[in-house]
Amino acid sequence: MSATPTTTSSGASSGNTPTTAFEIAAAVRAGSVKAIEVLEAHLARIAERESDIHAFNLVTADAARESARRIDGMVAAGRDPGALAGVPIALKDNMCTRGVPTTCSSRILEGWKPPYDATVVSRLAELGAVSVGKTNLDEFAMGSSTENSAFGVTLNPRDISRVAGGSSGGSAAAVAAAFAPVSLGSDTGGSIRQPAALCGVVGVKPTYGTVSRYGLVAFASSLDQIGPFSADVRDSALILESISGHDPMDSTSIPQGPLDLLSVLDHGVKGMRIGRITDMPEGADPDVLERLEAAFDALRAAGATIVDVELPSLKYGLTAYYLIAPAEASSNLARYDGVRYGRRVDAVDTNSMYMATRAAGFGDEVKRRIMLGTYALSAGYYDAYYGKALKVRRLISDDFARAYATADVLLTPTSPIPAFKVGEKADDPLAMYLCDVYTIPTNLAGHPAMSVPFGTSRDGLPIGVQVMASTLGEQPMFKAAAALERHMNDAGGMS
Amino acid sequence: MSPTEIVVAPNDGSYLIDGYELVCGLEVHVELATATKLFSASANRFGDEPNTHIDPVTLGLPGALPVLNRHAVELAMRIGLALNCTVQPSTFHRKNYFYPDMPKAYQISQYDQPINIDGWLELPGGKRIGVERAHLEEDTGKSTHIGGTGGRIHGSDYSLIDFNRAGVPLVEIVGRPDIATPDEAKQYVTELRQILVAVGASDAKMEEGSMRCDANVSVRKPGAPLGTRCEIKNVNSVRSLGRAIEYEARRQIALIEAGESIRQETRHWDETDGRTHTLRTKEDADDYRYFLEPDLVPLAPDADWIEAVRAALPMLPRERRSRLSRATGAAADAEAVMVVVERGQDDYVLAVAEAGADATRALVHVKEAYAEQGPRPSVPAADLARMIVMETGGKLTSTQAKTVLAELVANGGGDAEAIAKSNGFEAMDTSALEAIVDEAIAAQPDAWAKYCSGEEKAMGALVGAIMKASKGKADGKAVTALLQSKRG
Amino acid sequence: MPDPSSERISAAAVAKVARLARLDVGDDEIARMTVQLAGMLEHFADIDALDLSDVEPMTQPYPLRNVFREDVVKPSLDRDEVLANAPVAEDGRFRVPPIIGLDG
Ligand SMILES: [Mg+2]
Ligand SMILES: [Zn+2]
Repeated sequence: MSATPTTTSSGASSGNTPTTAFEIAAAVRAGSVKAIEVLEAHLARIAERESDIHAFNLVTADAARESARRIDGMVAAGRDPGALAGVPIALKDNMCTRGVPTTCSSRILEGWKPPYDATVVSRLAELGAVSVGKTNLDEFAMGSSTENSAFGVTLNPRDISRVAGGSSGGSAAAVAAAFAPVSLGSDTGGSIRQPAALCGVVGVKPTYGTVSRYGLVAFASSLDQIGPFSADVRDSALILESISGHDPMDSTSIPQGPLDLLSVLDHGVKGMRIGRITDMPEGADPDVLERLEAAFDALRAAGATIVDVELPSLKYGLTAYYLIAPAEASSNLARYDGVRYGRRVDAVDTNSMYMATRAAGFGDEVKRRIMLGTYALSAGYYDAYYGKALKVRRLISDDFARAYATADVLLTPTSPIPAFKVGEKADDPLAMYLCDVYTIPTNLAGHPAMSVPFGTSRDGLPIGVQVMASTLGEQPMFKAAAALERHMNDAGGMS
Repeated sequence: MSPTEIVVAPNDGSYLIDGYELVCGLEVHVELATATKLFSASANRFGDEPNTHIDPVTLGLPGALPVLNRHAVELAMRIGLALNCTVQPSTFHRKNYFYPDMPKAYQISQYDQPINIDGWLELPGGKRIGVERAHLEEDTGKSTHIGGTGGRIHGSDYSLIDFNRAGVPLVEIVGRPDIATPDEAKQYVTELRQILVAVGASDAKMEEGSMRCDANVSVRKPGAPLGTRCEIKNVNSVRSLGRAIEYEARRQIALIEAGESIRQETRHWDETDGRTHTLRTKEDADDYRYFLEPDLVPLAPDADWIEAVRAALPMLPRERRSRLSRATGAAADAEAVMVVVERGQDDYVLAVAEAGADATRALVHVKEAYAEQGPRPSVPAADLARMIVMETGGKLTSTQAKTVLAELVANGGGDAEAIAKSNGFEAMDTSALEAIVDEAIAAQPDAWAKYCSGEEKAMGALVGAIMKASKGKADGKAVTALLQSKRG
Repeated sequence: MPDPSSERISAAAVAKVARLARLDVGDDEIARMTVQLAGMLEHFADIDALDLSDVEPMTQPYPLRNVFREDVVKPSLDRDEVLANAPVAEDGRFRVPPIIGLDG
């Protein structure tokens, strides 16, 4: 690994202070920078702006200082702390951290300290990363604005009157505000990519099964995937390489080694086939569509071919998703019953205790989805709703298979609109659901997709372009994403 | 208790009223003899301190994920193959319901694609009871009810939950409603238990709860369509099973005879009053919202694995009984054969026969004298064989043989001839015996005359005198043979 | 209060679902939820017309089978650490109010 970056993020490095995870790890391993210095620089930024942004539910400064010092000690002793030595990282607060509160931004889990670490959490620690805290999210990752958190809204560092997106809004905002160079989120229907687009950072949802879900508090088990946020494409590649690979604790984990991504970033897109979806769901903002066109142009200019593909079932994705995800969630969230952990509202008998605990512990959106999912699975309705949605899921997957026979990657907007005002959609669940129209289909198919910042709207709000690929198509996806990023850097942030 | 509840006096001696037949199917849950739980690595152990075999999966902690225990699958396959089932590709579903001993608020169980389907179990008398399926699922934790009266759920002040048992692997064996009498139900469970133990799948102890039995009971007039059934739970022994089914059948018949209809419900067997009681009615049955467990992947044992499991199955009780029956001439469902096979001493009996002894005598002696011995009796097979040879050769009377055998068992073997000698059991030679026989004939001429005229009963007085004169050393068979030959 | 029931879902069905999901919701919340759920189900009616008779349901994205662990014991979690998270614990166990009304 070279300590000299070939690409730089929007928050480019100044002098010899490394800012990207890639640079930080290289410098800490080389002994040219101390992990504790890197950490203090980030903690200082948190102290400065966190009260405006509210990216975190919890900042674990003391524990972070302790790990940073331990890493510095290892370097001083001539030992290599690992590929992520001294890299500050923020974790979405739905990943279990032993002894550190994990709330899912829900009252029902307030105060719960998991007795175990998620697999991703222990892998990061083994590689020398330094966790700085737990980031805010829509309660149980249900939402697209992080307004559904029981602990307050996360605001967009690019414009604090606007939302950061969601559900991983805290993790996106943490990177956008440079509270940490990288963070982890989870993506069930777009919860990494959409806030990444709204906050102007890179966000990746890998192939289902490449990153262990063990210790990720489940929302919808067949859709959830953990993935990274970062300021540049290379850092996402680095983090994804670090956290991917088989985990025997997750039965749905694909039995293969870590993804190989850093090695392909500079390969370019010459000869690649970039798919344009001719029957894409409508309703995107004109600025967003304009940036998408610019992205096609950029890749064509870099030597790729643009091909048209049809995905006639894509328009049913929203329906399939909003039946399948709540159905799984209704079951996954049944365990919050006030018996073993979390909140309990006392009552005269167990059943009343369940009813009162769950009524008080869950917020409106979570209740809404539990209700919808319970209904979709219940006797007499299963076939009409859940059963049918599973078949639509197959249609969408088959459509993608046909599209990927002619295209290596597909390009779409990530979000139909840039960051919206806080409160603008809060009372209209359906309008909120429509934010995920471009991101949902990949989750249904289990494919990888990522959002790359690609300029701004007329109002100066970040706009992301989504690069999608087929199962385990992370390499072509990252090649295209890196090419888009190079284009933006070459244009000096303009295009 | 509802107003239509009919109470039948327990056990008035006749379990079915003429003109009705019983239709009964059993659902048996067995805990598998694995080291760990079905989906996690904490220990599968009974009787330890509460909540000491727990892990994130067992407790349903947020973020925990199940991973299937390979050995549990293998044991489930053994059960299926021993019950003549087809082992097929299968899946796991979530059965959603709230209960404090169910940590995730769903049970992971096999639903429409169970691992084993379409088998049968043969009762000792030859009747086959169908097995619809035998599927894998996880057990629940255990609730203890505190306060109120005697640990009962109703009227308790609160309950305490121990999750040691949660997640323990179970196989649920769903029998077809082919059982027609309480006795057949008892035979089915007894036979099933032996099969489970034989294949090493479970210790199958009803009293300890590692084997639990629910009975679906209905009655009908012969040829009529199936009646409404009730499910009886909380049956903790084979004996209670028979009693509960019998009670329930009579209760249902009494209802029908009284012009009432039977309500489909779950009933609870109360050992103390010998009755079944309503637990819950079908109307408030839960909606379990079954759906495919997304955290697990399909299970599809390949043919090689299935055949390897089949090939490694031990000989099953039914086959053991017929083998012993062939060797001894006793019927396969004769008491001695049943008992000896259940004790696992059939191999031993065959070894005794192999060592030169009469197999039938070996069977009788082992059945009578080896109740306290396990499948590997302490007396070497050759030692018992030597004793039996002496007995059948007329060197020991059957009474003497018992005495010698008792010493062999007490000492864990020994030289039968030496034991006989030390007891003064000298073999009586034929000429000495003949002299005694002649004396007895001379002393009781009337009895001899009657015997000679074909009155067999008259032989008794002669034999008695001969035995007395020989001080019990005469062999009964030899005496009879002598008397017969002298009669001509 | 006007009956919020629609063709798609009735208030009674919503109340039943709330009971199944163990959510204690008041009458006005039921009414509000009925309107919202009905609106969503209306939106989701776009798949009603699809002929899906010979489409295989898709339940998982990646086709794996026969994933096992070996039957080897790993240490239990520490009981004290676990019970420290319990709302109420007693005697090494989790305490709950009387268990009634749950059989159904
Ligand atoms: Mg059952
Ligand atoms: Zn069962």
